[in-house]
Amino acid sequence: MTSRSLALAALATILLAPAAFAQTTNLSGAGGTFIFPLASKWFTEYNKLNPKIQINYQSIGSGGGIRQFSVEQTVDFGETDGPMSDQQLKDSKVQPVMHFPMALGGVVPVYNLPGLSLKFSGPTLASIFLGEIAMWYDAAIAKDNPGVKLPAEPITVVHRADGSGTTYTFVDFLSKVSPEFQKKVGVGTSVTWPVGLGGKGNEGVSGMVKQTPGSIGYVELIYALQTKIEYAPVKNASGEYLNASLDTVSAAAATAQIPADYRVSITNPPGKGAYPIATFTWILATPSMQDKAKKQALHDFLVWAVTKGQDYTKDLGYAPLPKSVAQMELKDIGKMK
Amino acid sequence: MMSSHRLRKFHGRLMETVCLLAALAAVVPLFAFLWHLVAMGAGAFSPALFTHLPMPPGELGGGLKNAILGSVLVVGTATVLGIPVGIGAAVFMTEFARPSLTSALRFACDVLSGVPSIVMGLLAYQVVVRPMHHFSAFSGSIALAFIMLPVVVITTQEMLRLVPHSLREAGHALGIPAWRIASSISVRAAAPGILTGAILAMSRIAGETAPMLFTSFGNPFLSMDPKAPIATLPHTIFTYAISPYEDWHRLAWGGALILVLGILGATLLSRLILWWHQRSLNS
Amino acid sequence: MDAPTIVTSELPLADLAQKLRPAAAVPPELAGAPTADDVEPPSAQETAPRALFEDKYHRSTGRFADRVFRLATGSCAAVVASLILVVVLYMVKGSVPAFRDHGLGAIISPVWDPTNQKYGALAFLFGTAYTSLIGMAIALPLAVLTAVALVEILPSGLAKVLSLAVELLAAIPSVLLGLWGIFELVPLVRRFEISIYKSPLGLRRLPIFSGAPLGVGFLAAGLLLAIMALPFILSVSREVLLQVPRAQREAAYALGATRWQAIRKFILPYSWKGIFGASLLGLARVLGETMAVTMVIGNTPQIKASLFASGYTLASVIANEFTEAPSDLAISALISLGLILLLLSVTLNAAARIMLFYLNRSAGAPQVAK
Repeated sequence: MTSRSLALAALATILLAPAAFAQTTNLSGAGGTFIFPLASKWFTEYNKLNPKIQINYQSIGSGGGIRQFSVEQTVDFGETDGPMSDQQLKDSKVQPVMHFPMALGGVVPVYNLPGLSLKFSGPTLASIFLGEIAMWYDAAIAKDNPGVKLPAEPITVVHRADGSGTTYTFVDFLSKVSPEFQKKVGVGTSVTWPVGLGGKGNEGVSGMVKQTPGSIGYVELIYALQTKIEYAPVKNASGEYLNASLDTVSAAAATAQIPADYRVSITNPPGKGAYPIATFTWILATPSMQDKAKKQALHDFLVWAVTKGQDYTKDLGYAPLPKSVAQMELKDIGKMK
Repeated sequence: MMSSHRLRKFHGRLMETVCLLAALAAVVPLFAFLWHLVAMGAGAFSPALFTHLPMPPGELGGGLKNAILGSVLVVGTATVLGIPVGIGAAVFMTEFARPSLTSALRFACDVLSGVPSIVMGLLAYQVVVRPMHHFSAFSGSIALAFIMLPVVVITTQEMLRLVPHSLREAGHALGIPAWRIASSISVRAAAPGILTGAILAMSRIAGETAPMLFTSFGNPFLSMDPKAPIATLPHTIFTYAISPYEDWHRLAWGGALILVLGILGATLLSRLILWWHQRSLNS
Repeated sequence: MDAPTIVTSELPLADLAQKLRPAAAVPPELAGAPTADDVEPPSAQETAPRALFEDKYHRSTGRFADRVFRLATGSCAAVVASLILVVVLYMVKGSVPAFRDHGLGAIISPVWDPTNQKYGALAFLFGTAYTSLIGMAIALPLAVLTAVALVEILPSGLAKVLSLAVELLAAIPSVLLGLWGIFELVPLVRRFEISIYKSPLGLRRLPIFSGAPLGVGFLAAGLLLAIMALPFILSVSREVLLQVPRAQREAAYALGATRWQAIRKFILPYSWKGIFGASLLGLARVLGETMAVTMVIGNTPQIKASLFASGYTLASVIANEFTEAPSDLAISALISLGLILLLLSVTLNAAARIMLFYLNRSAGAPQVAK
């Protein structure tokens, strides 16, 4: 008899436990790994300020965020650094979908050649990722890096295995500087790479590059910083080799024309001091959300994120939104009330 | 020129050495794994591992509290769902079904046990996650229950088959109804074995990762809500292992050690139960 | 006194049947699961046909409680039985869009191009087949030789300890082996690959060693699969070898064979069918292996002969891309991969068990040799 009552007690505990957590509002979101370090900091800090609101963000790649939010409808909000295309907006089962820019970030080429500091121009990167340049001592790389002794080693390309906004930004840039890349690979969150290993998420790519000598990949700046891998300056449209930084990424956004729906590409911008591979990163949400409590919670978080939350961007290697964009956005966030 | 006998003997000794080397090679991976597990995992072992929640990447001092408790909830729910159904099916197979039906059911179970766990995860996604429009701990439990079911049925059936028929016949002779024979005689006699099988099935599903990827989905916070996404230990270990953060690697090894200790504990517990039962039979 | 039992390969396997079915059916991953060894087997008298249960065929018990109980347990059995059908059904249902769009190309096309909505499974079929092949090629000989060592050569105390150790290997979850794989095995494999790459013999010109020495790839994945298949094949092979009747061995020694000759010419040929069945079961198991392979295979859908190359398996691509699939067609394509995987595992599993079943049955007339 005792074992039976024990089992009943256990069952009761399992069934009743959720009641203890009933007062918290739980939001779930999915999206890119690009924003994950910043988002995870935001949600932890916001939870400290508002213990009753828990925001669970899973970084599965921007492609996944778009899918789970707009089609599968398994999460309350999505996140992406490659904006949804017109077709995706049309196919979305959630209507209307609003893009809310959250921060700016830069995609950097990372490589594993101990002791060397290299820089790359756009066309060189395009050729490497097309598989046309197979060895490190190639003439094109030498031209970008005069006077540097390049090793006689094969290049191992690392790209994303999952649908990624980081990929979107990177191939968007490469397609702008190399018509061949545009033709052979094109732009999207998921592309067919001619060569290379696939890493899962920004973490997977940085992990692989870190562990594979002679490899090259592309990740969001913070991943290169946190994992202490070498990242290279890239030549911009004005001919300068620039590292991704607060200033260069902000400069990239400064000259951009922001449309009403905030979907804009800021790669390869004209202008001095502008980093060529930068991007906005957006939260996807809908004012037609059913759950009132969740909608209010999301609204409040968005307001906090584009105002107070921007203070956290610098320490983590992102750049804050231009003030004008933030102002414009607050009005649109108001639609989420 | 060696005599035929000496030649055969030499050849024999040579091949036997090869076999012994093979046996050595067979156990090397286990020891290599355990060695690294203990070396790396022990470094992560601290009260913080159990009491802290995960930190954002790059910040130190996180723990696995939510993943551990999450695994307990998901595995616990799966067990509550799977064990009764599994035992019920096995009881039906041994006590009530005719032999042809029993063989067919057993064959179905054997085949089910060979279905890859990721396919069960896909099934749970289509059957639970999609209609619910939500990733959830519950869908994870369903996937694990699907995986656990054939294992429980097979072990329970084997244990029930070992119960001598004379016990059942004695029950019939005393006029005990069939249902009572099944429950109070057969199952009770086989109870230690059934319990052992259940414990081992639980330890098996506790380590499953693939189905969790698209059912329970993960959660950086502590959550015990079956309708919400939840973190589980193997899923967290996977995410941390493929990440580039040193601190997360450390936590992954810590989590791995916890998992292995849990599985080891379950194996020892099951052997203990059997030993205790044998003793009480012999005394 | 009768003449000694003739040594043929058609000796009765009734004994083997009793012992083998539990061993084959209870996978070694339930390390320590109770087997027929752990509990006293019933005497011959007690396993007499269940005459007393004739009444269940006539359903004459009539008691309400009996009927309820029977219904309850019967529905549990129905749930279990229907589960296999439900799995197949949902997999087929989910794959229909992919097959409608690509036809047979969904299986045989080597192109996996989500951007252009082209989905073909060939690269993953190749990856699954290649890694499983490498795994089995390493695990099978190793397992058989180890089984021989454990059963024939080593003293029984040491043999028990070692076989326990190998069974514990089976209990390790795949993700943990993958964890060990990433941090310990891959660097070792990379060092090995680099040594071949740099070898003065020019080994790297062989197609099987071509390509950059990355560490991750088919070889690393194959090694992990070998580690996972080993306990499986070993445990069943051990059982099979243990079931070889003493008469067989005694005949060998009576003819003057050395221990190895007895093993090689009398014991192994007798057991090879059981071992073959065991290896089919092991193969069915490693086909569906997901986590460990995903962590070390490099995630590149390509068909290359080289061990150094990175690849992709059916299970790994589902794990990596399912939550991020960009369209309904993509999801359907991934489910179709799951269907292929399911059919492969189930067919192999079923074939192996049927084979083992007929192996037990074809054992001719019962014999006295006890």
